[in-house]
Amino acid sequence: MLVRGLLTTLKAFLTEKTVTVQYPEQKRMVRTRFRGRHVLRRYEDTGLERCIGCSLCEAACPADAIFVEASENSDEERYSPGERYASTYEINMLRCIFCGYCEDACPTEAIVLSDNYELSFHDRASAIYTKEMLLEPVPPGGKPTPQRTPPGVYTRAIPEMSDPTD
Amino acid sequence: MANQVTLTIDDLTVTVPEGTLVVDAARKAGIDIPVFCYHPKMEPVGMCRMCLVQVGRPMVDRATGQPVLDADGQPKIQFSPKLETSCTIPVSEGMVIRTNTPEVLRAHRDIIEFLLTSHPLDCPICDKGGECPLQDLTRAYGPGQSRFLLDDKMRLAKHVPLGELIYLDRERCILCARCIRFQDEIVDEPVLSFYHRGRSMQIVTYSDPPFDSYFSGNTTDICPVGALTTADFRFAARPWELKNNASICTQCPVGCNTTLNTRREVKSGGKWVVKRVMPRQNELVNEIWICDKGRFGYHYAESGERILSPHVRKEQGLVPVSWDEALDLVEQRLRQAGAGTVTLAGGRLANEDLFNLAQVTDHLGGRKLLHTQVGGGEYVQRYGLGKGSNLGELGKGDAILVIASDLQEEAPVWWLRVKRAADRGAALMVLNPRPTRLDPYARFIHHYRYGEELEALGRLAAGEGELAEAAEALRSAENLVIFYGSEGLGLAETTALAREAAGLLAGSGRAGKVNSGLIGVWQQNNTLGAYDMGFRPEADLAGALSGSGLAWIAAADPAGDHPALEAALKQAGFLVVQDLFMTRTAQMADVVLPAQAFTEREGTFTSGERRVQRFYPAVAAPPGPLADFSIAARVGLRVGIELEGASAATVMLRIAASVPAYAGLDYALISEVSEQWPIIGREDRYYGGTGYDNHQGLGVQLQPDAVTDPDGEVSIAMAAPAPLQVPEGAVYLAPVTRLYDQGLTLKPSMKIVGQRMARREVWLNPETAARLGFGAASLVTLEGEGWTASGVEIRVDEQLPPDVLLAPRSVGIPATGPEAVRLRPLVTEPEA
Repeated sequence: MLVRGLLTTLKAFLTEKTVTVQYPEQKRMVRTRFRGRHVLRRYEDTGLERCIGCSLCEAACPADAIFVEASENSDEERYSPGERYASTYEINMLRCIFCGYCEDACPTEAIVLSDNYELSFHDRASAIYTKEMLLEPVPPGGKPTPQRTPPGVYTRAIPEMSDPTD
Repeated sequence: MANQVTLTIDDLTVTVPEGTLVVDAARKAGIDIPVFCYHPKMEPVGMCRMCLVQVGRPMVDRATGQPVLDADGQPKIQFSPKLETSCTIPVSEGMVIRTNTPEVLRAHRDIIEFLLTSHPLDCPICDKGGECPLQDLTRAYGPGQSRFLLDDKMRLAKHVPLGELIYLDRERCILCARCIRFQDEIVDEPVLSFYHRGRSMQIVTYSDPPFDSYFSGNTTDICPVGALTTADFRFAARPWELKNNASICTQCPVGCNTTLNTRREVKSGGKWVVKRVMPRQNELVNEIWICDKGRFGYHYAESGERILSPHVRKEQGLVPVSWDEALDLVEQRLRQAGAGTVTLAGGRLANEDLFNLAQVTDHLGGRKLLHTQVGGGEYVQRYGLGKGSNLGELGKGDAILVIASDLQEEAPVWWLRVKRAADRGAALMVLNPRPTRLDPYARFIHHYRYGEELEALGRLAAGEGELAEAAEALRSAENLVIFYGSEGLGLAETTALAREAAGLLAGSGRAGKVNSGLIGVWQQNNTLGAYDMGFRPEADLAGALSGSGLAWIAAADPAGDHPALEAALKQAGFLVVQDLFMTRTAQMADVVLPAQAFTEREGTFTSGERRVQRFYPAVAAPPGPLADFSIAARVGLRVGIELEGASAATVMLRIAASVPAYAGLDYALISEVSEQWPIIGREDRYYGGTGYDNHQGLGVQLQPDAVTDPDGEVSIAMAAPAPLQVPEGAVYLAPVTRLYDQGLTLKPSMKIVGQRMARREVWLNPETAARLGFGAASLVTLEGEGWTASGVEIRVDEQLPPDVLLAPRSVGIPATGPEAVRLRPLVTEPEA
């Protein structure tokens, strides 16, 4: 009996491929629909934030992990294309259950769950991700926010919205 | 009682009074008929077509006039070939209404689809999103998909200011005209209107300044979409994030029931803050309306200038100390002063505060004084409205007398209620020296000369000359309500006026009757409660304060009000002030005790209609300040009297035990509610608007003393006012009240209502101004008795009577009553 078991192990050792990786030196690719840490996106052309501070993600969140506070844009100090932007955006990663409801609720596709799963903290306070930590870097060609924009360009209450494409 | 009519709505048999509209009958039966333009407080117009239903009526044989019966012997029902609007059809006997047939649902779906063709759907950022009737009804009845092209949507102005308080979003507007009709029908200030027609139709304001109404905020509550929003709440929070806390408005003695919407936010350092004030339904007090002062004037409670710790005067001035140190000093000085203590309370305090202050003062043998410029509370206690009164019930056959009050400026919601009573047919008599906004609804108007209010009332009572008809209406009226205010009057004059008015009521046998009584238009919200707790105004306040061993001043700023009182306070043996802010009085004090604002604690206020109403804590109190009743209880404990200091509810039990008028009251009783009509603030916000329904208490109206003690008498030791002699070169100054004054409780809301705030100006008839040698807009210095006010602008108004100068209160002109003042051209010197 013992020999049979050892033989099975030996066979596997000799014939099968290794399934483990040397994390953290080596990292495995995640699936396309993987739900990792949130990212707040920007518009690629302008660098303006997509988030309009509508708090719908906060309302959709079953774990009450999101906190949003909105403020008004002006042409002198513009963060997003519409009338309103999120002046405070916080996610408590200890509360988050990565269900992705926030993504679904978002009318501007501003919040998406990324590939990042490396979430470990030394204390509870550092588990709260602020807007600065969540916002993606300014894309090439875009400018950082707040921006000074010419009057009359951003006159809509919310940016033009269309159905999600992916 | 009207005849009852029985009809069938969706197989449910409903019996309602004759004349009820089908939509209201369904609402009473709990059946949803969606509406946009219909509002239960306004006349129906049938514009939005959302309330379409199938209406069937019993078929009548034309030859015999008898109902046609079917095979089963039941009346045969004939349905009209097309759908009808249920908001315009009164119920009739045997009617059959169907609200959920496929035709009706199809009509709902089509109307919604049509409304949404040009709705921007910016719900994510709309302030109404989450409590929006269009959103709710779209979810309930809408098609889900639109067949119209997105690119064909109308693009209109998004952020149009209708005045500085209300913003209009033209794209969101569905042209239901609720706001226009509110201004026309309810307030009768037709400042809004439609402009253009067809697809280009839009809401505009015609007044200057734009949207010039004290009730403008209510249009945002009844707007069924996010077209009208307030500047104050713009992007402040989403409705579902807000917590609701019942409260009572503290801006005037009407005592409107409100709901404070609060939220914790980062902008305020993680504190709970009030985001907006909404009306809470109380059909006996404010119905579902509040005025803009109540809606936007709450900011003082969270002002950064609040005092947060006790202060004691040391060599270097007032320094923050611990409660123990401050109270030790107060105890020591109170024991020294003993019966020389004078407690001066303002009418902003709650009943519980006033009771505890009164108990401590009585224990020491001191005097309890009330800081007010309107007197006569003793007469209101005796001849006030009978228990169970409701201004909303006054109508045909009743009479309302308003004397010496510009009611719209002094108490807007009372103005609204009186105006509505006049609309219903009550005989309204307005006796005032100058025209006011109440005149258009008055059946009898009499403009007397400033200072002759008693004579005018006497002429009315006697029915002399042009007042003969008014006197007859007064005599024959079933119910009589008398409002007396302080237009051009001070403490002595209002007290005398209250006595005469009370005499008129009692003389006609209406003392203590339901829906009859005397109402004082006080300048603070709880002046009447202060009377009930034993505080009385003092004619010689300066004398009383200067001769006091210790002056204990709570929620009043006598030094800021008048230089004579400031001088008197300097002579007081010791000065203890408890207040929210470092007022001028507090800056002079030896000890300053920080008090909590009404948003941070609970208590009760007694409204001008003698209704005891409860307010609840809404936000966490900052560390430091204590509730006024708690401060008084701590002081009391040190000087040897045990009082309730931990909970306001137990203080109320003590009040009930020792103040006869409040006998039997407790918080449970004050918090009782009963069914109210119309139904407001439930899930069906489309019906009545976003105001809140009342779960937290309708309050308890007190029984006037004339009922509980018929043989009692009012005795006031206050000398009758002497007629004012105006010397050569001087002019008669009449203090008047403006709604947006520069008082302590409104100034922190400057950012929002600042443009409409009363300025430092006086009003004159142009001829009088010319006689005195001043033109419009010239700057002058006023010299009164013991005070000067410089940098005052002259304004002229042809409607004003000659030889009188109107000075708004609380703008830095210290006149407390009618006075002879001299005017000098302004000399540029630093203001004293």
